[in-house]
Amino acid sequence: MAAPPTTRRWTWRSQAFRGVLYQVLALALIALAIGYLMHNTLENMRVRGIKSGFDFITQPAGFAIGESIVPFDSAESYGKAFLVGLSNTLRVAVIGIVAATVLGTLVGIGRLSSNLLVRSVSTAYVELLRNVPLLLQLFIWYFVLTEQLPPIEEALRPLPGLFFSKNGLQFAIPHWANGHWGTIAGAVLGLAGVWLWRRRVVARFERTGQPPRVLLPGLGIWLLCVLAGWVLGGMPAGLDIPEKTEISVVGGGAVTPEFLTVLLGLTAYTAAYIAEVVRAGIQSVAYGQHEAAAALGLSRGHELRLVQLPQALRVIIPPLTSQYLNLTKNSSLAVAVGYPDLVSIANTSLNQTGRAIECIALVMACYLTLSLLTSAAMNAYNRRSAIKER
Amino acid sequence: MSTPADAFKPIAQRPPPVSNVGAVAWIRRNFFGGWLNTVLTLLVLALLALVVPPLFSWGVWHAVAAPDNAACRAAHEVGACWGVVAEKGRLILFGRYPFAEQWRPLSACVLLVALLVCSCLRPFWKVWLAPLWVLVLGLFYVLMRGGMLGLTPVETSNWGGLPLTLILSTVSLVVAFPLAVLVALGRRSNLPAIRTICVLYVELVRGVPLISVLFMASFMFPLFMPQGTTIDVLLRVLVGMTLFTAAYLAEVVRGGLQALPKGQVEAAQSLGLGYWQTQRKIVLPQALRIVVPSIVNTFIGAFKDTSLVTIVSLYDLTGALQLALGDADWRKFFLEGQLFVAAVYLVACLAMSQYSRWVERQLFTGTRRQ
Repeated sequence: MAAPPTTRRWTWRSQAFRGVLYQVLALALIALAIGYLMHNTLENMRVRGIKSGFDFITQPAGFAIGESIVPFDSAESYGKAFLVGLSNTLRVAVIGIVAATVLGTLVGIGRLSSNLLVRSVSTAYVELLRNVPLLLQLFIWYFVLTEQLPPIEEALRPLPGLFFSKNGLQFAIPHWANGHWGTIAGAVLGLAGVWLWRRRVVARFERTGQPPRVLLPGLGIWLLCVLAGWVLGGMPAGLDIPEKTEISVVGGGAVTPEFLTVLLGLTAYTAAYIAEVVRAGIQSVAYGQHEAAAALGLSRGHELRLVQLPQALRVIIPPLTSQYLNLTKNSSLAVAVGYPDLVSIANTSLNQTGRAIECIALVMACYLTLSLLTSAAMNAYNRRSAIKER
Repeated sequence: MSTPADAFKPIAQRPPPVSNVGAVAWIRRNFFGGWLNTVLTLLVLALLALVVPPLFSWGVWHAVAAPDNAACRAAHEVGACWGVVAEKGRLILFGRYPFAEQWRPLSACVLLVALLVCSCLRPFWKVWLAPLWVLVLGLFYVLMRGGMLGLTPVETSNWGGLPLTLILSTVSLVVAFPLAVLVALGRRSNLPAIRTICVLYVELVRGVPLISVLFMASFMFPLFMPQGTTIDVLLRVLVGMTLFTAAYLAEVVRGGLQALPKGQVEAAQSLGLGYWQTQRKIVLPQALRIVVPSIVNTFIGAFKDTSLVTIVSLYDLTGALQLALGDADWRKFFLEGQLFVAAVYLVACLAMSQYSRWVERQLFTGTRRQ
């Protein structure tokens, strides 16, 4: 049977015509609005004598930054200051993401525990942390870390070489020696070794059906390689241990109370959300899957690894990524406690140069790039892991 | 009638084994089933023993409840000073609002909360709820702003504390909701230009932190306005927060739209309903019902996010606390004030999530099993 002839008539009332009309109207409206705002902005800037343009990027910043991974001098440019701010944001975000994932997973599993105590403590944690604004939590952490801790002269020493006081945390770090190259080479070679081992046992599994053991032997191989590298490098063992003097603590590595505040605040807050994500993911696997795995005779460990986890992860990973993004975006609250992150640097630059539009645009562009990169990666993962249907 | 001697007589039921019933078995099942469980129980008990007694001693046993600075100073580091809440409570709740006029924010808050509670209850889901909203929001503004009915005018920059938190979250949500529905529909539209505009808006806003949007509202909006006009900072922040919340709500609504089977739209079209009729009568009622929990989650998020206006110098509940405890006498007792404000947020957010569970039960009576 032939399809009925389709005619597209361009009358006033046809759907196609109205579609085009609405779109043209919408675009025209938006263009008008943008044009109007641009006109106003240019006019205002002309009247108030505000300069515009990104030329300030190369000018000297003239302010110092409290902490940074790379040293920063106030004579260096605004551009470098922004980079330092971005690196500070990424530093707190990356450490926070790792810590929040670990804590959140533990709490999420705890919420499903058969142990009443563990279950109640986990639930209380999630409800308390999720229902109080992050900013207030940051203020509380900051107050506790800067006012309730002892001054640096009476710093707490929970472990030898570890000082915890109003001035932050000081800890021992290894002295850099050429021998450490050996350790690093060992670690890299170890990874290659683990990969080879895995290939071998998987091949054997496919040949003989003998179950592959990767995790423990792999860890052993890697540790052995690292140890061998360290021994071959001449066993450098020098530690830079912080020393207590009359008025302060010198040497070693240190983090400021501002960094600790942001890190602890973000970790504790995001972990509560991650716990809910993990719980929902575990609960999403139907009980029949457990029964089917048991019927096939899989052990508990195999069931978790081969049946439960792959299905739970499919539900967990997308919201987990958006929690990671949230953590990164929330790190902008660091400006409230004076941690020099991207927003804080932009705020200072904005007040000094008066280039509001440029500074805010830079901040937005940085976060937007991070977000879009993450969601692109996320979409790729989703395409790969989605259930393959007809 | 007599029973024959060999009739079937069941013997009495035996009681279950002692180890399966009673308090001991319950405790064993819940706390000591297996070695891992036992270890966890002991760990949590140790943690509680470490945390709870000092907390109790600080917060209850040695705490000072009276707003007495000397007593508080004496008890500092040993006991909490809840007196700070009584002493500074009005400053925390109403910010910089003129002290003598504080009955006005109080009654404005009571009105708004009453309206919110009423809107949540089924008997009030009537047509006259909309004009009631307009009336109450108008009253709120008149009470707070003054300048008429013999009330002294109070600048919006002096508004603060709870009324600011309430009005920011309420208005930004009420305005964001219809906007979000439109954007969500636009994102699923067949018209490429409209779809692109909506996608761009949602992705742009969701990609940046709220703080940068607030900075924009505070520094850039004044430049956008025609020469000589100034708009109030509260209004600017409201616009920023509304645009921000709408993008997140739009994604939630879109989730509901996607969950709806296509047959619903096809059925509506075959009945001869137009686009807007289909959306209004068939699609939205079902789609919105599916996403009630996520909508409430977004509401809770927006309510908590109002605390960020502190950073652009509006003193909501969180910001008013910083103002209230600025003086040297009471600065030491910041933590107590912070815990009080945290409790206010906690109660409000928990109430919202409980309400969302109740609504879910109300709306899904037809499709729920059990």
